Amino acid sequence: MRRFSGFAVAREAMRAHKGWEKQWDNPELKSSYDVIIIGAGGHGLATAYYLAKEHGITNVAVLEKGWLGGGNTGRNTTIIRSNYLFDESAGLYNHAVKLWEGLSQDLNYNVMFSQRGVMMMAHNVHDVQVFKRHVHANRLNGVDNEWLTPEQAKEYCPPLDISKSARYPVRGAALQRKGGTARHDAVAWGYARAAAARGVHIVQNCEVKGIRRGASGEVTGVETSRGFIGAKKVGVVAAGNTSHVMQMADVQMPLESYPLQALVSEPVKPCFPCVVMSNTVHAYISQSDKGELVIGAGTDQYTSYSQTGGLHVIQHTLDAICEIFPIFSRMKMLRSWGGIVDVTPDRSPIIAQTPVEGLYVNCGWGTGGFKATPGSGHVFAHTIANAAPHKFNEGYTMERFTSGRLIDEAAAAAVSH
Amino acid sequence: MNAPVSIQPNRIPGKGRLSAADPLRFTFDGKTLPALKGDTVASALIANDIHLVGRSFKYHRPRGIVSAGSEEPNALLGIQRDVARHTPNIRATVQEVYDGLEATSQNRWPSLKYDIGEINDIASPLLSAGFYYKTFMWPRKAWDKVYEPFIRKAAGLGKAPVHKDPDHYSSQHEHCDVLILGGGIAGLSAALAAAKNGARVIICDEQATFGGALHFDSDVTVDGMDGFSWAQKVTAELAAMDNARVLLRTTAFGYYAQNYVALIERVTEHLSAPRADLPRERLWEVRAKKVIIATGSIERHMVFANNDRPGILLASAARTYLNHYGVGVGKNVGVYTANDSAYAAAFDLKEAGINIPAIVDVRDNPNEELLAKASALGIRVLTGHGVMAAGGKLRVSSMSVAPVNGGANEVIAVDSIIMSGGWTPSVHMFSQSRGKVTYDADKSRFVPGVYAQDCVSIGACNGTDNLSATIDEAIAAGEDAARAVRHNAKQSATAINATGGEAWEGTLIGAAPGAEAGKVVKAFVDFQNDVTAKDIRLAVQEGFHSIEHVKRFTTNGMATDQGKLSNMHGLAIAAEALGKDLPEVGLTTFRAPYTPVTFGALVSHSKGTLFEPTRKTPMHDSEVAIGAVFEDVGSWKRAWYYPKTGEDMHAAVNRECKTARTNVGMFDASTLGKIEVVGPDAAEFLNLIYTNPFLKLGVGKLRYGIMCREDGFIYDDGVVARIAEDRFHVTTTTGGAPRVLNMMEDYLQTEFPHMKVWLTSTSEQWAVIAVQGPKSRDIVSPFVEGIDLSTEALPHMSMAEGTICGVPTRLMRMSFTGEMGFEINVPADYGRAVWDTLYQAVEEAGGCAYGTEAMHVLRAEKGYIIVGQDTDGTVTPYDAGLGWAVGKKKTDFVGIRGLKRPDLVAEGRRQLVGLKSVDGRSVLEEGAQIVDDPNQPMPMKMIGWVSSSYWSGNAQKPIAMALIEDGFNLMGKKLYVPMANEVIEVEVCKAVFVDEEGGRLHG
Ligand SMILES: Cc1cc2nc3c(=O)[nH]c(=O)nc-3n(C[C@H](O)[C@H](O)[C@H](O)COP(=O)(O)OP(=O)(O)OC[C@H]3O[C@@H](n4cnc5c(N)ncnc54)[C@H](O)[C@@H]3O)c2cc1C
Repeated sequence: MRRFSGFAVAREAMRAHKGWEKQWDNPELKSSYDVIIIGAGGHGLATAYYLAKEHGITNVAVLEKGWLGGGNTGRNTTIIRSNYLFDESAGLYNHAVKLWEGLSQDLNYNVMFSQRGVMMMAHNVHDVQVFKRHVHANRLNGVDNEWLTPEQAKEYCPPLDISKSARYPVRGAALQRKGGTARHDAVAWGYARAAAARGVHIVQNCEVKGIRRGASGEVTGVETSRGFIGAKKVGVVAAGNTSHVMQMADVQMPLESYPLQALVSEPVKPCFPCVVMSNTVHAYISQSDKGELVIGAGTDQYTSYSQTGGLHVIQHTLDAICEIFPIFSRMKMLRSWGGIVDVTPDRSPIIAQTPVEGLYVNCGWGTGGFKATPGSGHVFAHTIANAAPHKFNEGYTMERFTSGRLIDEAAAAAVSH
Repeated sequence: MNAPVSIQPNRIPGKGRLSAADPLRFTFDGKTLPALKGDTVASALIANDIHLVGRSFKYHRPRGIVSAGSEEPNALLGIQRDVARHTPNIRATVQEVYDGLEATSQNRWPSLKYDIGEINDIASPLLSAGFYYKTFMWPRKAWDKVYEPFIRKAAGLGKAPVHKDPDHYSSQHEHCDVLILGGGIAGLSAALAAAKNGARVIICDEQATFGGALHFDSDVTVDGMDGFSWAQKVTAELAAMDNARVLLRTTAFGYYAQNYVALIERVTEHLSAPRADLPRERLWEVRAKKVIIATGSIERHMVFANNDRPGILLASAARTYLNHYGVGVGKNVGVYTANDSAYAAAFDLKEAGINIPAIVDVRDNPNEELLAKASALGIRVLTGHGVMAAGGKLRVSSMSVAPVNGGANEVIAVDSIIMSGGWTPSVHMFSQSRGKVTYDADKSRFVPGVYAQDCVSIGACNGTDNLSATIDEAIAAGEDAARAVRHNAKQSATAINATGGEAWEGTLIGAAPGAEAGKVVKAFVDFQNDVTAKDIRLAVQEGFHSIEHVKRFTTNGMATDQGKLSNMHGLAIAAEALGKDLPEVGLTTFRAPYTPVTFGALVSHSKGTLFEPTRKTPMHDSEVAIGAVFEDVGSWKRAWYYPKTGEDMHAAVNRECKTARTNVGMFDASTLGKIEVVGPDAAEFLNLIYTNPFLKLGVGKLRYGIMCREDGFIYDDGVVARIAEDRFHVTTTTGGAPRVLNMMEDYLQTEFPHMKVWLTSTSEQWAVIAVQGPKSRDIVSPFVEGIDLSTEALPHMSMAEGTICGVPTRLMRMSFTGEMGFEINVPADYGRAVWDTLYQAVEEAGGCAYGTEAMHVLRAEKGYIIVGQDTDGTVTPYDAGLGWAVGKKKTDFVGIRGLKRPDLVAEGRRQLVGLKSVDGRSVLEEGAQIVDDPNQPMPMKMIGWVSSSYWSGNAQKPIAMALIEDGFNLMGKKLYVPMANEVIEVEVCKAVFVDEEGGRLHG
């Protein structure tokens, strides 16, 4: 892999960029691999990268039915934070944030991790209670998160309307300064390039259609649109399609898939310094390096595999955005899209071995897994390599839904009472 | 304001459809310019011989006007009537001039002519596609502080508004039989045919006038008149019909499931002094039985070196400026084409007296007739030639022409170049409907293939080139649609006779000669985002082989025009580099909206007080009158506390709590959810929904019930009253009302469909007044008829029906304070009157009204939980100390299996207990965490958290409730609450701080 650097860019500029090589190859498929990863999203690619880098397992193929990074990885609003409540979450997401901080250098690919701060707005007494609980728990878990008064929040994010006359006046905010955003495509491409450089095969336009099992039920390989490929271990990282893929091995997943939408505005000069989220009014927003306001909407109410949601969901989101930021009313929506998110009953992921020998699954990231990409790949690689979880994903089993040991971040964020 | 037309150097007298009798003025970058009514900002600027209007995104290259429509990538301006109405990124080709309009160019500093950012153009070899992924990584810290701010500042286009939007917007839902998207000859013909046959028709077009291509196509004659006049006649005809609605300046931007199409109408942006009551824009949400897509086609530019110089524009745009606006795009206009349509433009310009130094056609053998006509007009045609580069910087000054197969360059002086690479059918709306396009290899274009919804494409967007074929197709579509939805419609045939409009041949997608692979030139594919042909090739070289990858790596097609000009070129160049056929590489997805849509219009009325309806109880105004301060709870406004003059919240709450315990307090409990559960199986049903037993609850009795989810965790709670054998009055938490009803319905319909039970939300039908305290009975009884309020007749947790203040009531003896008390349900309309009457009595007795804060304190003094505060979806009834509420003998209820799961019965679960501050003073912070050892290193092992905490005036000490691991077994144990700058020592106790025996309840 030829290294990227300012110097390399300058050198190539002198010779019409003739020297840049393919960021990843389109390799000849082998008949079998030590590990097959299904799904070349950020999580799948990161898993392959860390398998190669941390565990020396390089006979790996990542199979992708479409184009790599074309799933939720390439569709999300890229909010990164780790100020989750429960210890399991704090461990996992903070692990990810630490990896994010050195990721551009590690991958030699600028993923544009921008720690511009993530501010979560509290609009009522209940929000205040919930966010303060997070702030206290985060402090004792060593996760940065601080409480701001409405005035401090406004200072941090000047476009914010903190007037008392608002429908839901701002009562304060929880701010994680280390949170922020990253460039989603670069994450997928950076991992793909770095994994390929270590010998991983990235195979696009290759849909997995079946999982073959051996005499004692163990995984022996996968049937694909390009034929059978043998594997000792298979990791499923297929986001919204996980239920389908796992069904191929007769494993029923505790997942529901919903369309989740997002939109961007036309690009404008820098006007929004951080990330703002509001659960109560249902909106989150940041400004991209390109100048677009990036705005996340909610999930549709009904489960579906269609990557377009309803207009009313977008309308409701913009209602909320313009309510907290009335100055954006004259901005224009440039593009909207949807992705299919896989949601578990407790809204926390599953990163675990499965009842089928040799079959591993990493899913259930729902509306918020981009932020975990490096951490998720890292611990999943560990789990596959060692056939045992890393300390940060011990709790993220499938069995927790039968035993009841949930990691219920959604419930912890609770609802108005 | 009467600037003579003569000072608009490019306005050609006698040409166009605007009237010199309607002069207007506007400003561009501070300079006042004349225009005519009906001008767009673009046509007016060109009339004033201004082509340089902006700077590109990345290289800050000088840019001009490329098109005459919504596909415009370059001419984006800031437009404002006043400071508060500044709007960035408005397409000059769409914005109509009104008197006094102020336009400013964007993305340049200090001025449009001298822009510092232009350094990027010089540095452009460094800034190739995706360069930012490869650099700015060292030193690490510099990304946040130096590189990123620099990138951000250079990017962006216009400036975001900084004032609250003073305008308003509106929205309207519509249903119709046939919705027609696009008002060109196809759309109008279809609309006429459908409307004449009785269908309810809506036709919309994004332009200010109907006509589509008839705006420029001067060759077309319809029913004996010129095409554009015919379009106006049909428009008037349709507008006069009761069953047709004609929407001008209205863009169909989104095509959603089941023929739900969203349109956006610009209502006032073309008026100099709009009436204040008019919305700025109106959103139409149309549900149509049939949709006819007649969105036409868009001309493509030619991809050659420096094709972005101001003064270079689409041939059809030049023709529009001439034939519609009466504006010549230059005095000496070169033509570069691969398609016949540019000839027609050249002929029109020539006939209007503009010099055409040459038509450069990449084709060897263009249409003979066109060549003959060119020669008749004295225009030189260079076939088999290409424009190798355009000269000039702030304005094109020459074109360098050479044979396609190689040979000497000839430099031809020009002040404008018009170009055509052929036409791209507008399949956006079709694709948004989830239809699948197919590739028409003959003509190198994608056309509608497989339909996914009940719609049909006609005319140019369907790849139909020929005029009479278009009209036939349109009439058939209109009549078919009408017939399908109006079965008894009278048949009325539509006949339209048109001549002219020959099909234009010729196409070039991808790089033009001179910009092929290997040529180091800036031949722009995507103007706004500065994507060149070589950027696309670089993407392929670097392994980006999916067209979606190419798009994302280069940003081709991601600018505000969403690739209307660039997508096909980008695709062709990528396909060539990959050595594949176009359809193999595939199109990128078309995403809504078709053109950018104002946030405010999508918000429409849902702002301010209408953002989310504010729910107020029937007594709200009375509470306001006695000085209540309110808090938001869900969508409700609830009285939080009632400060007397000079009291702060703390003092008010202390007084309210004390009064309720020693005298009497009154509380508005109307926001509680209420569900009437009725039917022969009602008791059976509740027995399954709640953990508690309900079968034996007597008529007239109340029971506190807990409801779990299937997983065994507490979902909601509330008091249930049995009104009759088959009728229950169920209450829920305030926020829980809708979801509890949903859950009940869900179970009723999916799990217990055999049960005869009906559920009705009555939350808003009952006003609820709680009267609590030792004197409560004395207060209430004088007003009650038909109910014996004595403890014997109406003990704690029972109810009776009767009247209060002459109004029917369900009167419940119950308490959420620990005092003797009543909850009086009266029909909502009487709520305020009953409240006022009782309040007077309470006040006279020395009592007071108390708010939600005092309610919280009072219940915490008794250890009563609040679901959502003391529970968080991880708490079982046992954890909450409410095991007694789980029916031990019950064999089934929602959550019974969940509750038996190993982790829900394991040792060491977090359990709800009381906490005392050891110092007797410190009121803990809700949400604070609890540890066993405050001196342990980070991360600390947290064993619980404070869920409720208050100063209790009645107990004269701070009180708190907390969920703590194994809490029930830790009574008396000292634990610690580490705060940011202190550690508070606490002691575990029972969660009851007042009247442990509960005697007061029984009065
Ligand atoms: C609109 C939206 C906004 C979001 N915003 C945020 C946010 O702000 N912050 C955040 O942290 N998270 C966010 N998320 C969630 C986040 O995007 C996802 O959790 C995360 O990207 C998941 O990554 P992944 O690699 O697991 O999945 P994906 O990127 O979806 O990758 C899964 C891949 O599996 C492939 N695949 C599926 N089936 C097969 C098969 N049978 N054979 C081969 N390949 C297959 C798919 O094609 C896909 O490429 C958002 C999601 C959406 C949709």
